[in-house]
Amino acid sequence: MPKKKSKPKKKKPAAKVKKPKSRKPRVKAARKKSSELRISSRKRKKPKRGTIDAKTSRSIEGEAGGIHKDIVRWKKPTMRIPIRSLSNVRYNPTEGYFALKRGRKERTLTYNTVKTFAQSLRMMAVAKELIETDDIATKREMYYISKNWEECRFNEQPESDTVMDDIEAFFLVNREQLHFVPEEKGGDVAGRLIVIDQDPATGKDIHIDCTKFGSGAYSVPTSVEGLKFETKAKFILAIETGGAFQRLVKHGYYKKANCILVNMGGVPTRACRRFIRRLSEAHKLPVYVFTDGDPYGYMNIYRTLKVGSGNAGHINKYFCVPWAKFLGVTPDDIKKYKLPTHPLKDVDIKRIDDAIKNDPFVHHYKAWQNALLKLKSMKVRVEQQAFAAHDLNMVVDTYLPEKLANKKAFLP
Amino acid sequence: MAKAKRKKKAKPAKKKPAKKRAKAKKKKPAKRKPAKKKAKKGAKRGKKKPAAKPRRRKKKDRLTPRLPFVEERPAVSAPKSRSRKQVKAARDAQPAPEPVPEPKIPKSRKKGRITADVLARRQREISVSEFFRKNRHLLGFDNPTKALLTTIKEAVDNAIDACEEARILPTIDVTVRPTAENRFRIAVTDNGPGIVKAQIPKIFGKLLYGSKFHSFKMSRGQQGIGISAAGMYGQMTTGKPTLIVSKTGRKRPANVFEVVVNAKKNKPDVISEDTTEWDVPHGTRVEIELEGRYTKGSRSVDDYLKATAIANPHCELTYTNPQGERFRFKRATDELPPEPREIKPHPYGVELGVLIEMLHATRARNMFGFFRREFSRVSPKIAREILEKAKISEKASPKRIARQEADALSKAIPQVKIMSPPTDCITPIGEELILAGLKKEIEAEFYTAVTRKPSVYRGNPFQIEVGLAWGRTKEERAGKDKTQADDGIIGSKNGTRNGGGSLAKLLRFANRVPLQYQQSGCVITKTITKTDWRGYKVPQSRGALPSGPLVILVHMASVWVPFTSESKEAIASYPEIEKEVRLGLRECGRRLAVHLSRKRREAEVARKRSHIELYIPHIGVALKQILDLDDRKEKKIVSNLTEMLYRSHLDAKKGAS
Repeated sequence: MPKKKSKPKKKKPAAKVKKPKSRKPRVKAARKKSSELRISSRKRKKPKRGTIDAKTSRSIEGEAGGIHKDIVRWKKPTMRIPIRSLSNVRYNPTEGYFALKRGRKERTLTYNTVKTFAQSLRMMAVAKELIETDDIATKREMYYISKNWEECRFNEQPESDTVMDDIEAFFLVNREQLHFVPEEKGGDVAGRLIVIDQDPATGKDIHIDCTKFGSGAYSVPTSVEGLKFETKAKFILAIETGGAFQRLVKHGYYKKANCILVNMGGVPTRACRRFIRRLSEAHKLPVYVFTDGDPYGYMNIYRTLKVGSGNAGHINKYFCVPWAKFLGVTPDDIKKYKLPTHPLKDVDIKRIDDAIKNDPFVHHYKAWQNALLKLKSMKVRVEQQAFAAHDLNMVVDTYLPEKLANKKAFLP
Repeated sequence: MAKAKRKKKAKPAKKKPAKKRAKAKKKKPAKRKPAKKKAKKGAKRGKKKPAAKPRRRKKKDRLTPRLPFVEERPAVSAPKSRSRKQVKAARDAQPAPEPVPEPKIPKSRKKGRITADVLARRQREISVSEFFRKNRHLLGFDNPTKALLTTIKEAVDNAIDACEEARILPTIDVTVRPTAENRFRIAVTDNGPGIVKAQIPKIFGKLLYGSKFHSFKMSRGQQGIGISAAGMYGQMTTGKPTLIVSKTGRKRPANVFEVVVNAKKNKPDVISEDTTEWDVPHGTRVEIELEGRYTKGSRSVDDYLKATAIANPHCELTYTNPQGERFRFKRATDELPPEPREIKPHPYGVELGVLIEMLHATRARNMFGFFRREFSRVSPKIAREILEKAKISEKASPKRIARQEADALSKAIPQVKIMSPPTDCITPIGEELILAGLKKEIEAEFYTAVTRKPSVYRGNPFQIEVGLAWGRTKEERAGKDKTQADDGIIGSKNGTRNGGGSLAKLLRFANRVPLQYQQSGCVITKTITKTDWRGYKVPQSRGALPSGPLVILVHMASVWVPFTSESKEAIASYPEIEKEVRLGLRECGRRLAVHLSRKRREAEVARKRSHIELYIPHIGVALKQILDLDDRKEKKIVSNLTEMLYRSHLDAKKGAS
């Protein structure tokens, strides 16, 4: 890498290109700093051949090389990045997830894109160095690394996150493959499950019994690829809120129903999605989802878990659980159990309209269209914990058993 | 001051018996060329003065120094018949056709009642001097600040007029020296032709005495009031006479006069008379001591002189202010403006009253001759047409035309199509000289000027000129650049722009004289406000002047500028004038818009250029890191990319402009 660079040679006029004089000092300054720029103190070395790292590293070099070639040939470099939105995914139930369509945005280097372009390339350089030094950086750390980039720095973290997502999509890899990791934790797990992890120091297997956390729970790590599972449970119940999760844990529901409880805590993180996917895949467990009865719970939480999101279309294939089913709370449950409700907010109504209009998943399932429209016409939403209005344990004693007795009624 | 020209009366219509007229004539012409004399008669114009009730003054009430301007009102005082010898000027003021009836005295019916004859005893003529002494605000002496300015203004206007008339390039010195608190001695010296000895007292000691009132010609002064009124104000407030030094030729000695206005008689009292040596070939110096207040800023003396320098680029002005600071306004051209030609009135501009007066005053023996001789643009055919329409014989004697017939005449005139008056009698400043004037006195980045074609309102030819200066001064710009640089480095976005919201500065001129007061009442201001400046990329809030670093100059040149009042502070609104001003402003506005959009484009190119230069090197750095390139390749990347982006973003823009 740049380490062996000799010092900038001052007196070599770069070319016949006329450069305004004022520009020269800037160029020099940038160049000088860059040669000193190290991201990690760890030693760099080329990743071993055949590993994922080697592949990623190669593809970064490949793209950068293409850009360089363009520039040398007086062609404006272009990055083609998949469009990250619902409009650029399709849903096919046999695939079971949102797959990317062909939409690409071309980021050609122009006056308007020069800043993002420079930032993307610099972030790619960081990723490559992370791979070579076998280090990691969180999203937040990436943001701070950019503070060394002078004018190129990110002013806010969301800017750097967006660029990171772009790069991910550009290389069609998961961000962990670029050695960027999220800070978010995955979710909580309780139930009849033994997770087999490795001691980071010794590499020895560790067996974690998820029934042995008392009133607490096992926490899903950011990377779940290396985990193995042992379980005899019959299904996985994914729960939106910590409150509902705690009630079920407290009353030992997982014993009663012989299941594994997972607290997603809102929209499931990638780790959480991958965890559920791997677990259910490994043991052929059905997955049931229990969220609030509102558009956010239906679309942002359940749909993301089941088929993935438009924003990260390139990784949906591995991060969704196509066989998940929706347990509740459904609009019908509101009437059936006479649950207390709140009026729908404007954003909720917008979300419903948007889903019906744009979401390929909803387009595919009449049942979901009906559910959403029903909610809209009732103009109410309901929370998981609303059952407490009748009885604190109604959820455990009545609702879940009744629902599970009639699995056919689950929404797709 | 060589001002022989100011003269006559402000309001007067005058009709005098022939005898008197002859007398008056004799006197006036002293200074004028014979040709003008002749024209004078026909050209008199003016309004009728309402029959004033003569008021009487006490006999002992002489003009003495220290007399306050406003004295005791002559409440109802004893009636008195007028003395026939009463000052001539007073007679002038009297509307001629109105005989002053000697009051008939009805018997009083009740005892103690004030009867008309009692009143009549109190009624007497007023001297114009007295009138203006009491109504000094009419002449611009309302307050000490304005008095100082008006005095200097009258003296300077007269000086420039005199020099121009004598075809001398004006070199004028103005000195304002404080003599006591709130008291100043002003001295205005010119290199004009000088004033003959006999005229000096009259010009400076008599109101409504001058050369300009009777001529239908473009000039600064009009009425013959200004300088003598200024002297009178000085003598009222400080008791000091006006000091005049004038030299008319190389071999002749300079005459030194000290003169005061005898307000009661409207005649000069010479306090002292002497001769002295003065080492200039010719010229005049006027010194007046007065009470006033010196201020800076807008509407100040400094401002007035600067504006004068802009509109009179052929003048060299030096100015010493009360603090002893000396300013020099250099001459921008060595060419005198062409001498304005004198013209006769155009029939369209003559009102009934003036017409009647002209009928009485003419020397023509019949109506046909009257029209041919006293008006411009009246051909034999048109004269006949007018007379035919008015059903008046061509042979009728003008003196015998009755009021009804005159009425018919004035109604007939508008029905006849008459060619517009000649316009070569006006001498505009000219676009080049406006530019030169603006450039030398106002620092800006963009200047433009438009001289409209002459036009006519109410039979009076006039011409409008508009000039614009846009941009900050160098210091302001430097300040701003600094702010911008800071912005760039620190990345802060709250750069406050200095002077961003200030309104445009307005310079109004009438016959090259700056107008400084009553800005809002002036047709120029109204027209500027009505113009949509946003169309020219200049910010403007509704109903206000445009804002920004803008100076707008508007000059109206005319043989008769329609002021809204005697103090000559604002131009009255006529549709024709408004239209010309509007068209002039638009033309200038369009040019300014072109300049501004070019500037904007250039700024954008510069911005893009620096944006590109800012980020390209980072692409080089990143590729170097990823691909392990050497410095030469990195440089190549940077230079190639820079060149490519310049080509597609900067050159394209340049080509478009």
